[in-house]
Amino acid sequence: MATTDVTVASHFADARQQHDSATFGMWLFLLTEVMLFGGLFTVYASYRWSYPDSFMAGSHHLDLWLGTVNTAVLIGSSLTMAMAQQAATRAARRGLVMFLSMTVLLGGLFLGIKSVEYAHKFQEHLVPGASFAWHADENGGPAQADTAVQQLELFFGLYFVMTGLHAFHMVLGLGVLLVLVAAALRGSRIATPVEMTALYWHFVDIVWIFLFPLLYLIGRHG
Amino acid sequence: MISGSHASATTGYVCVFAGLLVLTALTVSVAFVDLGGLNNTVALLIASGKAWLVVAFFMHVRHGSALVKSTITAGCAWLAILIGLTMSDFLTRSW
Repeated sequence: MATTDVTVASHFADARQQHDSATFGMWLFLLTEVMLFGGLFTVYASYRWSYPDSFMAGSHHLDLWLGTVNTAVLIGSSLTMAMAQQAATRAARRGLVMFLSMTVLLGGLFLGIKSVEYAHKFQEHLVPGASFAWHADENGGPAQADTAVQQLELFFGLYFVMTGLHAFHMVLGLGVLLVLVAAALRGSRIATPVEMTALYWHFVDIVWIFLFPLLYLIGRHG
Repeated sequence: MISGSHASATTGYVCVFAGLLVLTALTVSVAFVDLGGLNNTVALLIASGKAWLVVAFFMHVRHGSALVKSTITAGCAWLAILIGLTMSDFLTRSW
């Protein structure tokens, strides 16, 4: 913990208390994020329970290969983020800049792959809305009854909202990371900001760890 | 240049990273095996294991304060209430 060479604000007793306050505050923020995503996971659970066949059929139309690669990319970015925090704590500037930059690159790669997936869904008319279309003959799954198509539209609606909110969090995280890279290049002491950003980045990773099996892996054995 | 603790912390991170990749490969593989209704449970158990690895090691909660640990426990409890009470309705509608 980098508590020896930081400036202690006047309202803190010492550097340790200041650091503990930052950590606690960050975790409280992450709990509000848990409840934000938790609401979506609850909606997902209730509708998947209600329409299991449609959710399985919809899941078959997500790109398993790209989803798996993206999972590995995001886990890799968590590793480089942890390494960046280690470098920041040890005031190793070159390592900090390098690992923060690698995290930015891996995060950007994740969003790039995600946008390729989104583009495919637009081409396949799997985006909820007026042009949503499901052709049972080629796509398999439940019959083309109107209710079944509506249930599939619901699955893809949840897919876009959940992965979209996740991607939005990554965009914000990348913005913060770029600010940190600039600060690291200037040689600023940013051990605590890097540590708090790392907590946020790992949290976003955990959200994806649950989104991946729930969206991409259901009914693959069917 | 590299001190002992520095090297061992790096080794730890790389081991956690490797463990997360192995669990990802496992969850994808097991999704193709028909476990007769248990597929979802297994997938969520593996995901929870991965989340624990991230929280404990990458987020350093294993050596974190009791305050942080109880904060996370409270978050998990509230999430369980949110999902549990909602599903107690959906799961029992056919009774």
